[in-house]
Amino acid sequence: MIAEFGLAALWVAAALSLLQLVAAAAGLRSDSEALLGSVRPLAVVQAAAVALAFAVLILLFLRTDLSVLLVAANSHSAKPWIYKFAGTWGNHEGSMLLWVAVLSVAGGAVALFERKLQQRTLIATLAAQAAIGLGFYAFLLFASNPFARLDPAPAEGQGLNPLLQDPGLAFHPPTLYFGYVGISIAFSFAVGALITRDVGPAFARAMRPWVLAAWIMLTLGITAGSYWAYYELGWGGWWFWDPVENASLMPWLAATALLHSVSVLATRDGLRAWTIMLAVVAFSMSMIGTFLVRSGILTSVHAFAVDPERGTFILALLGIYIGSALALYAVRIATVRQGATFNLLSREGSLVANNLLLTALLGIVLVGTLYPLALEAATGEKLSVGPPYFNSTTGPLALILVAIMAAGPLIRWRHDQLRMVVRRLAIPLAIAATALVGLLVFQPGLHILPLLGLVFAAGAGAASIAPLVKRNLRRTPLFTWGMVVAHLGVAVSLAGMASESAFTRERLVAARPGETVIVGPYTIRFDSVDPVAGPNWSAIEATLTARRGQGTPFTLHPQARTFSAPPMETSEAAIATRLDGQLYTVLGKSDGQGRWQLRLWWKPLVTLIWLGGGMIAFGGLLSLVGHLRRDRRSARREAFE
Amino acid sequence: MRRVILWAPLAVFLIFAILLATGLLKPSDQAIRSKLVGKPVPEFVLPAGVEGRPGLSSADMKGGEPRMLNIFASWCIPCMAEAPQLAELERRGIPIDAIAIRDRPEDIAAFLERWGDPFQRIGSDRNSSVQLALGSSGVPETFIIDGQGIIRHQHLGEIRPEHLPELVRAFEAAR
Repeated sequence: MIAEFGLAALWVAAALSLLQLVAAAAGLRSDSEALLGSVRPLAVVQAAAVALAFAVLILLFLRTDLSVLLVAANSHSAKPWIYKFAGTWGNHEGSMLLWVAVLSVAGGAVALFERKLQQRTLIATLAAQAAIGLGFYAFLLFASNPFARLDPAPAEGQGLNPLLQDPGLAFHPPTLYFGYVGISIAFSFAVGALITRDVGPAFARAMRPWVLAAWIMLTLGITAGSYWAYYELGWGGWWFWDPVENASLMPWLAATALLHSVSVLATRDGLRAWTIMLAVVAFSMSMIGTFLVRSGILTSVHAFAVDPERGTFILALLGIYIGSALALYAVRIATVRQGATFNLLSREGSLVANNLLLTALLGIVLVGTLYPLALEAATGEKLSVGPPYFNSTTGPLALILVAIMAAGPLIRWRHDQLRMVVRRLAIPLAIAATALVGLLVFQPGLHILPLLGLVFAAGAGAASIAPLVKRNLRRTPLFTWGMVVAHLGVAVSLAGMASESAFTRERLVAARPGETVIVGPYTIRFDSVDPVAGPNWSAIEATLTARRGQGTPFTLHPQARTFSAPPMETSEAAIATRLDGQLYTVLGKSDGQGRWQLRLWWKPLVTLIWLGGGMIAFGGLLSLVGHLRRDRRSARREAFE
Repeated sequence: MRRVILWAPLAVFLIFAILLATGLLKPSDQAIRSKLVGKPVPEFVLPAGVEGRPGLSSADMKGGEPRMLNIFASWCIPCMAEAPQLAELERRGIPIDAIAIRDRPEDIAAFLERWGDPFQRIGSDRNSSVQLALGSSGVPETFIIDGQGIIRHQHLGEIRPEHLPELVRAFEAAR
């Protein structure tokens, strides 16, 4: 019964989204107060209905109800409860239900909380959000029903992919989706504004908190996903340029550009058309990413079910939504009055440069991700585009971007003088130069990109704090603090990436217990290999004793796990985190004669990568709270007057 | 003019959507075939993997006679398993060179001491760059290269006894 209840809730949500779309369209046409007034409540109830359907699916997974096909195919009664819970979205149907639930909850939140946007634009926005929801409800109900029954029910389920049996699954996909799908709000705002021709500072100020909120979640989701892949896959890498990773990076690049152009629109009434375009592009990238992941059109480590029929369905949705938005853009944007203009050397100028570079990076990643597809379509050849392409193309652009990020906040709005900008940048430039000389002298032979990465990180770190200099820190607005923390986070993360790439020490050995291996500053003794057992796996576990110089020895236990359901082997890295880096150890295969493959890495300062990611998201949060507070204060002042 | 530009994003997107649609409609073929069979060995120069033995460069592959190139590593367990088969190939008079991946001279020397040493030249590829350029993604792998430096055959994974006739045939064909 429960599964049918969930399915019914999903149908109700779909019907409500259709009603919401019709009421909004008819209301905008006829200006009927009754119709316009019904849109907000419809959006809220629709969100509640789909949230209910999602809660039902979670319940089915927690109870391991094997009469439900999805549960039987992806769960197992002997699985720890946290993976039963998180397993709800560790599969195609559940993940798409989470997708559409986030979409409608975001729409419901706009309906409940958005007070600044002009009413007609808000209704048009909710209409757009309902239209997107409608298509994806249809996709779920007709092509990916999560509540389908299985009769007769099997005695046991098939289990969850062991790589996903990790606490990361409970955290990473939901945060990523809140960002990835939450950015749909920006898309709908843009469509709404194109429909009512209401593009200006007030619109930008209304849109900004929603973009910020989605961007914060996306940043957190990508950061968490990167760390998860780092420790779970046992390859010692933190970013693989895998198509699915790129699918989350592309919306982030667009959303980051949007975040900055929105502030130009809000503050200076510039970049009107461009901001609208970015808002459309950001969520389009999310939908394209969803398509790439769900259609199985590209091979990826994220091995999801490959199903061309579902791919065709999503592609049709993509065509309708992105195509209509771009057509609307083409028809309407010329009638949006041009905004304010500005000098090239100005805060606006630096933000435009930032936007162009972010867009160029987005283009590079998109081309690299799709090139194998295009080549196969044209010539039938198969190839994959790997880190050498991405690193060598994105690296230099990213460094220029960091330099602009460092200088931008120190340039005045409208116009500025080069002499003054250079003077404000003197200390950061001196720090960067010192870092360059120091590295050349004490660490000769570094590759150019890691070297420049460290130098730029030092300079950008110093420059990002500069906006606080000579200010009364207690009266500095919270959103300025947010910018400083986020920019500092970028520098910190860059330092981690460059350090990992420049200073990592690697040892790959086939060793017998009793032997000693040296990696970086550590001496590691391979003590023994013993069998151990977990709830639904058994493993071979190595005991390693690591010691740094004359320091206290400590033990590490990398495992090679064998899962029972489904049968699969994974390697569980053992990682020791120190203030200055991580010791990363993996146990590999045995030769059957007492030797074991050990993979050992010493990665100096690698943790800065994710610390920086966290700082970027935290900076976004400070900025969000700061903007909301100021808006509330100015609303109160207006009410008073 | 300006109005035309406004339609450009839509046009780009449509081309993109058509590309995706053709990609979807094509039956998917998951087999990985080597791209480099029939192509020249990429240019490379590698330092010696062990003391007292020459390193390896792409020029060494163009001596007029076909050669076998084995990609291995001392930390690679399947490489130990294929050692007897490499010894057998060497006994049959096939010249074999090697590239050691992400390895250290003392470890390579110990490996050869323990598992046998059929190699004439050994290059050391510390960061896998030559391995990647050769289109090899794992260890061990074995290539057969003709006297003009053209790759004629690629064998993935360890060489088992049943693979020997095929490799010998491929080597003869490369003459």
